[in-house]
Amino acid sequence: MGSEFVALSLPPILIGCLAAVACALPGNFLLLRRQALIGDAISHVVLPGIVVAFLLTGMVSTWPMMLGAAGAALVAVALIQIVQRVGRIEPGAAMGVVFTTMFAGGVLLLEQSDTSNVHLDVQHALYGNLESLIWLDATGWHSLLDPEALAWLPPELTRMAVVAALVALFIAALWRPLAISTFDEGFARTIGIPVTLLGLALVVVSAMAAVAAFDAVGSIIVIAMFICPPAAARLMTDRLATQVWISAGLALVSAVLGYVLAGYGPLWLGADDAVSAAGMIATVSGLILGGAALFGPKRRGQSG
Amino acid sequence: MTQAAAMMSPLPSEQASAAVPLPLKVRGMTVSYGATPAVFSADMDIAPGAMTAIIGPNGAGKSTLLKATLGIIPRLSGQVEVFGQPLDRVRARIAYVPQRASVDWDFPTRALDVVEMGLYRQLGLLGRLTRQHRSLARDCLDRVGMADFAGRQIGQLSGGQQQRVFLARALAQGADLYMLDEPFAGVDAATEKAIIDVLKSLKDEGRTILAVHHDLSTVPDYFDNVFIINRSPVAAGPVATAFTETALQSAYGGRLATGLLDQLFPSAGPAPMPQPFPTLDA
Ligand SMILES: Nc1ncnc2c1ncn2[C@@H]1O[C@H](COP(=O)(O)OP(=O)(O)OP(=O)(O)O)[C@@H](O)[C@H]1O
Ligand SMILES: [Mg+2]
Repeated sequence: MGSEFVALSLPPILIGCLAAVACALPGNFLLLRRQALIGDAISHVVLPGIVVAFLLTGMVSTWPMMLGAAGAALVAVALIQIVQRVGRIEPGAAMGVVFTTMFAGGVLLLEQSDTSNVHLDVQHALYGNLESLIWLDATGWHSLLDPEALAWLPPELTRMAVVAALVALFIAALWRPLAISTFDEGFARTIGIPVTLLGLALVVVSAMAAVAAFDAVGSIIVIAMFICPPAAARLMTDRLATQVWISAGLALVSAVLGYVLAGYGPLWLGADDAVSAAGMIATVSGLILGGAALFGPKRRGQSG
Repeated sequence: MTQAAAMMSPLPSEQASAAVPLPLKVRGMTVSYGATPAVFSADMDIAPGAMTAIIGPNGAGKSTLLKATLGIIPRLSGQVEVFGQPLDRVRARIAYVPQRASVDWDFPTRALDVVEMGLYRQLGLLGRLTRQHRSLARDCLDRVGMADFAGRQIGQLSGGQQQRVFLARALAQGADLYMLDEPFAGVDAATEKAIIDVLKSLKDEGRTILAVHHDLSTVPDYFDNVFIINRSPVAAGPVATAFTETALQSAYGGRLATGLLDQLFPSAGPAPMPQPFPTLDA
């Protein structure tokens, strides 16, 4: 039982948890900055970046692609600023224009270049394939201490762990300027916080989390985790730090509970097939948000 | 006031700027949102250790002048010197309270958290908030009479209370130059009294205060100097010499109620301000 769990269930659960937390952490700030959909949009915007990275390196490997994706996210943010200034239109509209254009550009690039051997299928993009991220070299809990077995951990796990650590580090290190500039941009400027740069960095870090998670677990978790845990946490507290901690906790709960329910829920109900873990994780996070909206102590209009 | 007068009269002011730099010196400031400039070719000298009111009708460019001075909005032209240095070098010495904080009132932050934001410069990027910092922030809330609301989410305060929290944040900054955009807007008489007391105590500590102010009747009571603007400066200097009927008529374009002007500048009888109306020296 132990060995089976460590080989088959532990890696996907860990990857799911890391992906969920990596997205939920910056999601707090994006949500408060009214940029929550950036997480979703990023998965579109980064396509040309990924394709260009592929064309340049000629291989499907994650780090160059993530760099390409981060680059594309930066280009997108710059373009949004330009469209907003030059066209004098509201940010939402500017984002819409830039995102669709860049996605279309990515599709064109993909069609024009010889990338037929890379297949991007919709199913995979949406749900990833969490269940397939297994660790065949594990023979039990002791494998966690066995360097040889550890060398064969699914690469997605290592990658997701590195990205989650970077995201957490970014937020911890720049906590105060991030919080101040999210709350009161004008004030942040007057005390010399590089507001624009920080906003860019947040988008890039979010893009990194989104792309890593997108690659490991599919976009549906990315979108759900950017929004649901932070939004639910906001309904439970009036303090930013507490909100961020709660959101991380809710992200973990969603990931673990979602995975377990997907694997065993249908069996308990008498069906013989498991359902998609990614879909179930997203569903659980949505249910948590629903619960918070109904019962959260800091709902709007609720005195506190 | 005589001391301030000496400081604001043209010649000594030039000398003073050579010795001790002025808290704020603006030259040739022009700011535009569209085709016509909102502030045109404004020069402004702010005397140290005094309270200066910026006065002018709605849309005169008062807020614009402050924001452009602080680099919150871009300017077309003009130089700004703060304590004799470029703005970026002395940001830690300035505190600014906007006319109406354009913040997200639903933000998960409490009154005390907002005040603690004022300590950012003191803490640096990685510094931790200690118990001393916390109690300093509490003192600041206390000074504006908001100690009882420390734990209240910012959106659940009344407008006047919110205004006071932002003033407390400015106090926490421990600045030498305070720039306040209408600190008395929408506050009750008791709160106005509390705020003016805080500002006067700041002044007594030698700090400089620059506040946009609409209530002309309290100008002589509250302020040492005035800076009257309507797109371009109309008059500037000590209340005694620059706060004149002529200057106000010129800034407000004759739209001021005569009752108010009579009260401010009674032509006969026991006058609160005994000076005759000096003509504009500018
Ligand atoms: N963001 C903006 N975009 C375009 N025009 C603006 C903007 N802000 C202010 N203005 C215009 O610039 C002029 C000066 O505005 P400003 O806010 O500086 O006036 P003010 O003196 O502070 O007025 P009030 O007493 O009403 O606060 C006004 O005509 C105003 O309509
Ligand atoms: Mg104004």
